[in-house]
Amino acid sequence: MHIHRYERWWMTFGITMLVAFLALLAFAAVENSIVPPSGMQQIDPKLVARTPPFDHPGLRRLSDGSYEAYYVAQVFAFDPPLLVIPQDAKVTFYVTSTDVVHGFFIPGTAVNMMAVPGWVNTQTHVFRRAGEYLLICHEYCGIGHQSMFGKIEVTKR
Amino acid sequence: MTSDLQVRAENRVVLAHVYTSTAAIALGAVFGVFQGFSRAGAVSAPPWFDYYRMLTMHGVLMALIFTTFFITGLSLFVTYRAIPRERNVTCGWLGWLVMLAGTAMAASEILAGNATVLYTFYAPLKASPWFYIGATILVLGTWIVAFEIFENIVYWRKRNPGVAVPLVVFCAAATFVMWIVATLGVVAEMALLIPWAFGWVPTVNVLLTRVFFWYFGHPLVYFWIMGAYVIWYNIIPTRYGGNTFSDGLTRLTFIMLILLSTPVGIHHEFMEPGISSAWKALFTITTYGVAIPSFITAFAIFASFELAAIKQGRRGFIGTVKSLPWSDPAFAGAAYGMLLFILGGFGGLVNASYGMDAVVHNTIWIVGHFHVTVGGPVALTFVGATYWLIPRLTGRALWKPKLALLQTRLWFIGMLIMSFSMHFAGLLGAPRRTSDVTYQGAAVAQSWHPYMTAAAIGGAILFLSILAFVAVALGTLLQNRKTEPMEATFATAAEPSATTPAMLQHLFRWGVIALAFAVIVYAGPIGEIIRHPGYGSSGLRTW
Repeated sequence: MHIHRYERWWMTFGITMLVAFLALLAFAAVENSIVPPSGMQQIDPKLVARTPPFDHPGLRRLSDGSYEAYYVAQVFAFDPPLLVIPQDAKVTFYVTSTDVVHGFFIPGTAVNMMAVPGWVNTQTHVFRRAGEYLLICHEYCGIGHQSMFGKIEVTKR
Repeated sequence: MTSDLQVRAENRVVLAHVYTSTAAIALGAVFGVFQGFSRAGAVSAPPWFDYYRMLTMHGVLMALIFTTFFITGLSLFVTYRAIPRERNVTCGWLGWLVMLAGTAMAASEILAGNATVLYTFYAPLKASPWFYIGATILVLGTWIVAFEIFENIVYWRKRNPGVAVPLVVFCAAATFVMWIVATLGVVAEMALLIPWAFGWVPTVNVLLTRVFFWYFGHPLVYFWIMGAYVIWYNIIPTRYGGNTFSDGLTRLTFIMLILLSTPVGIHHEFMEPGISSAWKALFTITTYGVAIPSFITAFAIFASFELAAIKQGRRGFIGTVKSLPWSDPAFAGAAYGMLLFILGGFGGLVNASYGMDAVVHNTIWIVGHFHVTVGGPVALTFVGATYWLIPRLTGRALWKPKLALLQTRLWFIGMLIMSFSMHFAGLLGAPRRTSDVTYQGAAVAQSWHPYMTAAAIGGAILFLSILAFVAVALGTLLQNRKTEPMEATFATAAEPSATTPAMLQHLFRWGVIALAFAVIVYAGPIGEIIRHPGYGSSGLRTW
């Protein structure tokens, strides 16, 4: 089987591009910690309301000045509905669902997670810009899905 | 070789498959255009038939029914015509009946409001068990069609020892080899969901059902793409008097698609808990791998264009473009589809890109992406190929070919407008799968509105285009007299099969290797989920 010279060039170009893109992704993952959220902690979805710290969802300040935000997603609301975070603070989100699969997405940021019942998902973010952010459920979860959202207020330092 | 009577019998079964797909796209378009207007805030769904029920119907009709019935019809057609013999068409009819019965069962549950779970039916959303059973029956029906195609290959090999199976049949059969490897995933998922939906088992492992779904869900898109490639490699060259670029490379492309289409599904689950980042990285690499057969195809298609232009004495880029039959609706459909596929490929690399996916996951960017892929190259190629098929099935000349041509152009423009708007809105954070994206007037949501309006306009143009398609398809059947001969020819390869290595001929062997490869790649994430069973879900009906 003959493979034309131009075709060889084209394939070399294509595969080189793919390898270069993969190298960039690997660099971003290692150097800038740009990795997808992969929470591995499990939780009984029926007992979320009694399991600390999800029994009191909301913001916690740690001794090093960073924050943890615990969220419970259930049809058709987030708890807490409003979060106030200072600008430039490092905040780690923890989210779980008590019923069906929900989404956890803050438009304008890369905070983007699936909230799966039985699991705690987690992602860290620094809000560099003050103002009001929307937190939306971006996975269809039922008839009231479009009304499932919260607010995040990032206050000026 | 075969009697006229038999060709007519074969044509009838193909017509049944093809017109079922036409009915699906027509009905799916009605729901689709409504969704566009709903998201733009121009209409809202009545309480007795909510937005999400429409969305479920739209997804199922377009992604599963329209595409699958077209591919089964096309594959039966090329097999019947390229391997002429005495045969009965029982399998073709049985496959169609079983697929139709499954479709009717699943669709009636959706219409009744018992399965508003979208076409991904993610547990623990719990639909009526008859929805899952109907979907399973639909898949089993496609296996009957696959059996019919494979049986013809066995027949060919017996009668023509040492001679390669006709390229077009090889391509169609490869599509079904891949399909069988892939649909094992959805059958496994149904084995978990059906007993749970009946209440025979109390809970289901949500993560496991999602992994099984995407084991099937991504190769599903390659099933569509391979259907389009069958047409691009074997039928489209006959429209401009060209050849398939190379027999061997075409077979290599299809074998690569068999191997690489399945072990990629977890790139849909990058934002998921319970699957560690190492497996997500692995699936980034495998997903990139499946771009390679599409690179080969891009070269082969454009090389075939240029070789045909040179044969006509034209040279260079402009000369090649001018040499192509842009006023032929079958060619135009496929060619506009190819242009859209270039855009789809760029977006696809973003989606597959590990960390970068966080910017677009579950936003309407993704919807823009799969409309410019399945709604672009795939659907537009199928629509164009329908214009080629119907005269060959009925002997009737195409009704209003100019309307057919206009239809392909409208589609191209409508899809560009809709898909670009969706991509941009997605980058600004607009979610997919949501009936109303105003969020009580939030500022960021207001920034999406112009794009949602543009997407609705694009959708309306697409709707008109589909109306025109249905008019031509029905008009040909009802209006026009029989004038055309019913022969079908397929492209011959510029580099013939004599030089094709024997290892590129064995479909069954490559299918087994593909299944083994998929099992190995999935063993990691599935093993991880099974080792951490955690808490099952009893399921809810939240609609």
